[in-house]
Amino acid sequence: MGTYLLTGGNLADGAATQIYIADGVIVEVAPKILHPGAAIATEIKVDGCILLPGFVDLHTHLREPGREDSETIASGSRAAAKGGFTAVSAMANTFPVADTAGVVEQVYRLGQATGLCDVFPIGAVTQGLAGKQLAELGAMADSVARVRVFSDDGECVFDPMVMRRALEYVKQFGGVIAQHAQEPRLTQGAQMNEGIISSRLGLKGWPAVAEEAIIARDVLLADHVQSRVHICHLTTAGGVDIVRWAKARGIAVTAEVTPHHLLLTDERAISYDPVFKVNPPLRTHSDVMALREGLADGTIDIVATDHAPHPAESKECEWQAASFGMIGLETAFSIVQATMVDTSLMSWSDLADRMSNAPARIAGYADHGQPLDAGSSAHLTVINPTASWRVDRDLVASRSRNTPFHGMELPGRIVATFFRGEPTVLNGALVRTVEGV
Amino acid sequence: MRHLLSIADLSYVDALSILDTAQEMARVSDAPVKKLPTLRGRTIVNLFLEDSTRTRISFEAAAKRLSADVINFSAKGSSVSKGESLKDTAQTLQAMGADAVIIRHPASGAAQWLADSAWMSGSVINAGDGTHEHPTQALLDAFTIRKHLSANSGDLRGLSVAIVGDILHSRVARSNVLLLSMLGAQVIIVAPPTLLPVGVESWPAQVSYDFDSVLPLVDAVMMLRVQQERMSDYFFPTPREYSHYFGLNRDRLGFMKKTAIVMHPGPMNRGLEITAECADSARSVIVEQVTNGVSVRMAVLYLLLAGSPTSPGVAI
Amino acid sequence: MSIAMSAVDISRALTRISHEILERNNGCESIVLLGIPTRGAHLAQRIGANIATIEGREIPVGTLDITLHRDDLRMRPPRALMSTMIPVDGIQGRDLILIDDVLFSGRTIRAALDALGEIGRPRSVQLAVLVDRGHRELPIRADYVGKNLPTSRQQSVKVHVTEIDGVDEVLIESQGDL
Ligand SMILES: [Zn+2]
Repeated sequence: MGTYLLTGGNLADGAATQIYIADGVIVEVAPKILHPGAAIATEIKVDGCILLPGFVDLHTHLREPGREDSETIASGSRAAAKGGFTAVSAMANTFPVADTAGVVEQVYRLGQATGLCDVFPIGAVTQGLAGKQLAELGAMADSVARVRVFSDDGECVFDPMVMRRALEYVKQFGGVIAQHAQEPRLTQGAQMNEGIISSRLGLKGWPAVAEEAIIARDVLLADHVQSRVHICHLTTAGGVDIVRWAKARGIAVTAEVTPHHLLLTDERAISYDPVFKVNPPLRTHSDVMALREGLADGTIDIVATDHAPHPAESKECEWQAASFGMIGLETAFSIVQATMVDTSLMSWSDLADRMSNAPARIAGYADHGQPLDAGSSAHLTVINPTASWRVDRDLVASRSRNTPFHGMELPGRIVATFFRGEPTVLNGALVRTVEGV
Repeated sequence: MRHLLSIADLSYVDALSILDTAQEMARVSDAPVKKLPTLRGRTIVNLFLEDSTRTRISFEAAAKRLSADVINFSAKGSSVSKGESLKDTAQTLQAMGADAVIIRHPASGAAQWLADSAWMSGSVINAGDGTHEHPTQALLDAFTIRKHLSANSGDLRGLSVAIVGDILHSRVARSNVLLLSMLGAQVIIVAPPTLLPVGVESWPAQVSYDFDSVLPLVDAVMMLRVQQERMSDYFFPTPREYSHYFGLNRDRLGFMKKTAIVMHPGPMNRGLEITAECADSARSVIVEQVTNGVSVRMAVLYLLLAGSPTSPGVAI
Repeated sequence: MSIAMSAVDISRALTRISHEILERNNGCESIVLLGIPTRGAHLAQRIGANIATIEGREIPVGTLDITLHRDDLRMRPPRALMSTMIPVDGIQGRDLILIDDVLFSGRTIRAALDALGEIGRPRSVQLAVLVDRGHRELPIRADYVGKNLPTSRQQSVKVHVTEIDGVDEVLIESQGDL
């Protein structure tokens, strides 16, 4: 294992610092490293850059097993590393569904074999995501993958009794249910946010209430059974209000917002370009503002990408026939900087919390989201806040090109990513390639 | 303009130019020889991925009167066709040298998507896309209203038009609200709240739930088709109740202005949104709408296809 | 730019053409005038009025737009259509006089003859023009000419009529004229 000396950077609070890394661990953090080993370490100059704990994504679709044409654990790991992530959470809606210990162990092992970031599988709540029978949550929790987050994402755990039981059951191993809040009857055939734009475009509306009704129900259920619920991809101002209310009542709810919902609105659908088709849908400007406010004040705990790769043919078609979803690992940080930091809504420390500390804490990834202190595992992201770049879908590390940010000029570059003390990204480029990608 | 995708893309001047051109085209339809050489050598494809014999043959008649070659391409009874096949179709049509594609598709935005795609270079004419727009239907409706109520010239200022029925699912309503209001008419939408889209308050139209109070105010009543299937989705309790409050019948005909006309884009559900008596009454211009449809579509084809493909169009 | 015909010249020419039409057709019993928009339509109105004055009775006058029959549509942006107004009794079996402002390549008249085909079958078709500037590209000639005006291809001939332009005159413009 290598030893590295990062010089010229600053911590999130602005303090100038050097960091000495050896054997996968942060050995010393100081304005001037004194450790004798530093003298022979590889020096990496990161002048003007900010050193942050490695990002942790709680909502990633890696598509393997089953849809390797759109993404693999290897290609998704590369995209994650490029985006500054050192841990991602692989959603369960694969083929087969990650609803058994066997599948989650396979995903976990493939992640370890790739070795660019930790890939923590999320287990399905119900068998086959069908919403009827609980999956073997205990077996997945006990597996080598040590699953703690369970989600039927893509589908809502709609049956209130099933949801109640799931919330209760995961208490025994400190698990959490991550709910994809979507009332199915109110969203049959829905294509985009229901409002002025949908009325003009003739696309079937997806009302905010379909999301908010489930959030309201589930925070009440979590309260009742004294368990933890995590709300995936919050998109509406009303949803923020409900979570804020629940937290004020002391309910154990956490919530995430995606980068795309922090930036884009339903007006994008006017182009009928399916790259803007996503579940839950892009909402209105006032929703976007409420989400930013909620993320800034801590009502929304974390940013999660909902990275959802799709092959070209799923997006090269009319809106109604297209798949829902956008890729987001490689653009997440820049979007959060643009919408939250450059707007002075959040500090760099807040960003580190929302993208690293808090998601690791919610999911129980003990090795991640640690403060950059001596003794912590060396998961680091080095960002240059003053650089900017243009998103090019032809240059992404992901196997899929469905980024809604193509052509946009974004602030902030990932300069380097360190995973377990080794660089996966240096000078903005992947350090090593992975076979089969 | 190269395409006709939605009324929202048209300017006031464009719209009037189409109506004025259609008026000249109507003369051809009255002539003993209904054939013009104007589009000789041009290939027009009728790409109908949703059943609509009426619209298809109207476009076909229009294209043939202008001497274009017409190819009919239809996928009968297809639900939303898989996207890749529309891409393949577009590439096929391009390879065949189609100068224009008239597309009817069950997905909203399909026409725009085809026009924006790089797979086809010809003109795209929207013949109805999902629940979005049906611009030529609105143009023929405006043409018909103008002919009867505005001395066949100018715009529709000073006129009021009621559009009644399933606004939510109606591409005809969306196009008509935009076009008629742009031409200066006052538009009143009449429907039960279940059949109005959320966001309708942003439309350039008034909304009423009370058909009877609207009837004496308007110069034209446009009845929309209501599908019986809507009942199973709880849009209204029973067809009988729907007819009772929102159907056009003999009594309601009596509330209308003496000069007011009755319109319907067809096909009608006689007995549901309109009684046979109303549909066949002297005030009904429903059959004439069909005739005008050919003239309006000839005008659109002429303005999109007759000129040079490279020089900027003057009219539309 | 030079004036090829003044208002007086034009008036005199139209009067002469009116007389020639009557003479050749043995009166006005059978004739129908169709002007080609836009300026030909106004010239037709004037000739119609002349004949009405001479004969003491109205004769049918209409307009014939030939845009849809042009063979150069694809070379220009789409054109707005002009009005076609066929007199109520039609043209069947009549002696039809087409009236245009300038006769040049002959293509407009070819298009007009095609356009007539969809309307009916006159007994004869005759052509009256205010100016014949030569350079025919088709075997077409005028039966009544206000003035023969030798021009080069580079020149352009502009007919102005009071109804549209506020003045009656025929101008010749050479390239480079402003
Ligand atoms: Zn989801």
